[in-house]
Amino acid sequence: MTTTLKRSPIATTLLLLGAAYCLLPVLWVLIASSKSAGELFSTFTLAPSTHLFDNLVDLAAYRDGLYWRWMGNTVVYAGVGAAVSTLISAMAGYALAKFEFRGKSAVFNIILAGVLVPGVILAIPQYLLLAKLGMTNTYWAVLLPSFISPYGIYLARIFAAASVPTEILEASRIDGSGEWRTFGTVVLPMMRTGLVTVFLFQFVAIWNNFMLPYIMLGDDKLYPITVGLNGLLNQGSNMPSMYTSVVTGALVSIVPLIALFLTLQRYWQVDLAAGGVKA
Amino acid sequence: MPSRTTAGKRAGTPYAFLAPALILFAAFLAAPIVYAGYLSLRKVKVSGLGLGARSRTEIWAGLDNYVRSLTDPDFLPSVYRVGAYGLIVVPTMLGLALLFALLLDANRTREAIGKFARISIFLPYAVPAVVASLLWGFLYLPRVSPINDAIEALGLTAPNLLSTDLTLWAVANIAVWGGTGFNMIVIYTALRAVPTSLYESARIDGASELAIAWRIKIPIVMPSLVMTFVFSLIATLQVFAEPMTLRPLANTISTTWTPLMKVYRDAFARNDLYAAAATSVIIALATFVLSFGFLKLVGRRAFNQED
Repeated sequence: MTTTLKRSPIATTLLLLGAAYCLLPVLWVLIASSKSAGELFSTFTLAPSTHLFDNLVDLAAYRDGLYWRWMGNTVVYAGVGAAVSTLISAMAGYALAKFEFRGKSAVFNIILAGVLVPGVILAIPQYLLLAKLGMTNTYWAVLLPSFISPYGIYLARIFAAASVPTEILEASRIDGSGEWRTFGTVVLPMMRTGLVTVFLFQFVAIWNNFMLPYIMLGDDKLYPITVGLNGLLNQGSNMPSMYTSVVTGALVSIVPLIALFLTLQRYWQVDLAAGGVKA
Repeated sequence: MPSRTTAGKRAGTPYAFLAPALILFAAFLAAPIVYAGYLSLRKVKVSGLGLGARSRTEIWAGLDNYVRSLTDPDFLPSVYRVGAYGLIVVPTMLGLALLFALLLDANRTREAIGKFARISIFLPYAVPAVVASLLWGFLYLPRVSPINDAIEALGLTAPNLLSTDLTLWAVANIAVWGGTGFNMIVIYTALRAVPTSLYESARIDGASELAIAWRIKIPIVMPSLVMTFVFSLIATLQVFAEPMTLRPLANTISTTWTPLMKVYRDAFARNDLYAAAATSVIIALATFVLSFGFLKLVGRRAFNQED
């Protein structure tokens, strides 16, 4: 069978060109982070220099380590937000897949419509509603809206239907296990692979989000990395010496997510339309 | 055997499992949509000199805000801009994603290069739009761009990507760079689910790889293409982070460069929540009409409802 496959050099070339295009900015930021402020705009773009460590020290010193605080905030927003959202999605998805109840199809259709709601219509009213509760400019302003993910519920429902056999639920009930215990000890472990995918989707969505925290937060100590870097870049237009910190900050900010991607690659093999994970 | 009481208890179970999701859905999706609709129909009436707490009252505005939004000289240009942007981004991004997925699939046995290319092309998904815009923004600067260096080495004049004519393409490139890999993985996964035996008889009959891709593989991944198209469309119409980040580097990007930037400006720089609400309702409706219209056109349900 392998012998019949044509290994065309054109295919390989196109794939490598695609890879080069995608790696170019990453390669650039790696090289640019090693340049001093003077070199950034003067030496050849792809010629590395020796100032990476100095730049990291400068970045860490910026306003008493504000940058690390942004990184920490981002980990909290994305980690807590995605963990809670995954649990809520798992519960809802399990209920929709494994129970018969009145209003089931109405609930499911509403959640499906939620998948297609563009975030634009939510941003301002979410801000106003949270302002009424006095919660804007707090961690909650970013966390609470990220707890709900209609797409996560949609995926969790498919994973529950595919991976939780009804007979095992029945057996667990006959053994006298309560519904919540069954969920925690039987259902969650069975849905594990799918739930990692739901978690990753939501984690990346929150990590990459810009508009929500940009609108909700005024205090720069609460910023996630995206809003923080945007602010640093704005300062750079008045103070070009800031640019080395911006570039070094951009590099450091993508390291954790790239590491996460490389280690958890297989969980990304998601069939969006069918929802199944090929693990 | 479950007794009546445990059966009665179980009737409430699904609602208990659904409760957190439904409460959050109501609070952070349903309520904001209703509130945006309400705000878009309201306005502030200023009486007297506009001083004192009682001089500003909120009243019904009818469709005034919509009229104001649609006739705002900044609105239509931003809509056309995003329309052109979408026409560039969505076909390019999905075309490349499909191409790379098919190439990876045809190269199934060539492990090392395929794996390297797959990971490299997927990598930009891990880079937030703000950071992607920042990296490309620097690469666009004539003093930094290695592409400009290369073009000038050939004795030609390099274009300034951040000039008025080319900014749209510069922003579109960032979106294509960031989105191709994710869509490629989705399509590639759908392709991998197909057993190779399906292609073998076609190969024996002498069908070329191109014919197999066109006649067998693309129809098979059509549901994935439809979904990625709808998601891309929704994301494209809401473009915000990329131009907001490029602004400090490119003075060609105005505060109303995209409709969503105009919503932000109206709400937070001008404190005109009513106009902002009306504009966001218009964008949301347009998005809905386009995405549902597309799904109707291709004759598919939005998502598979059966298992």
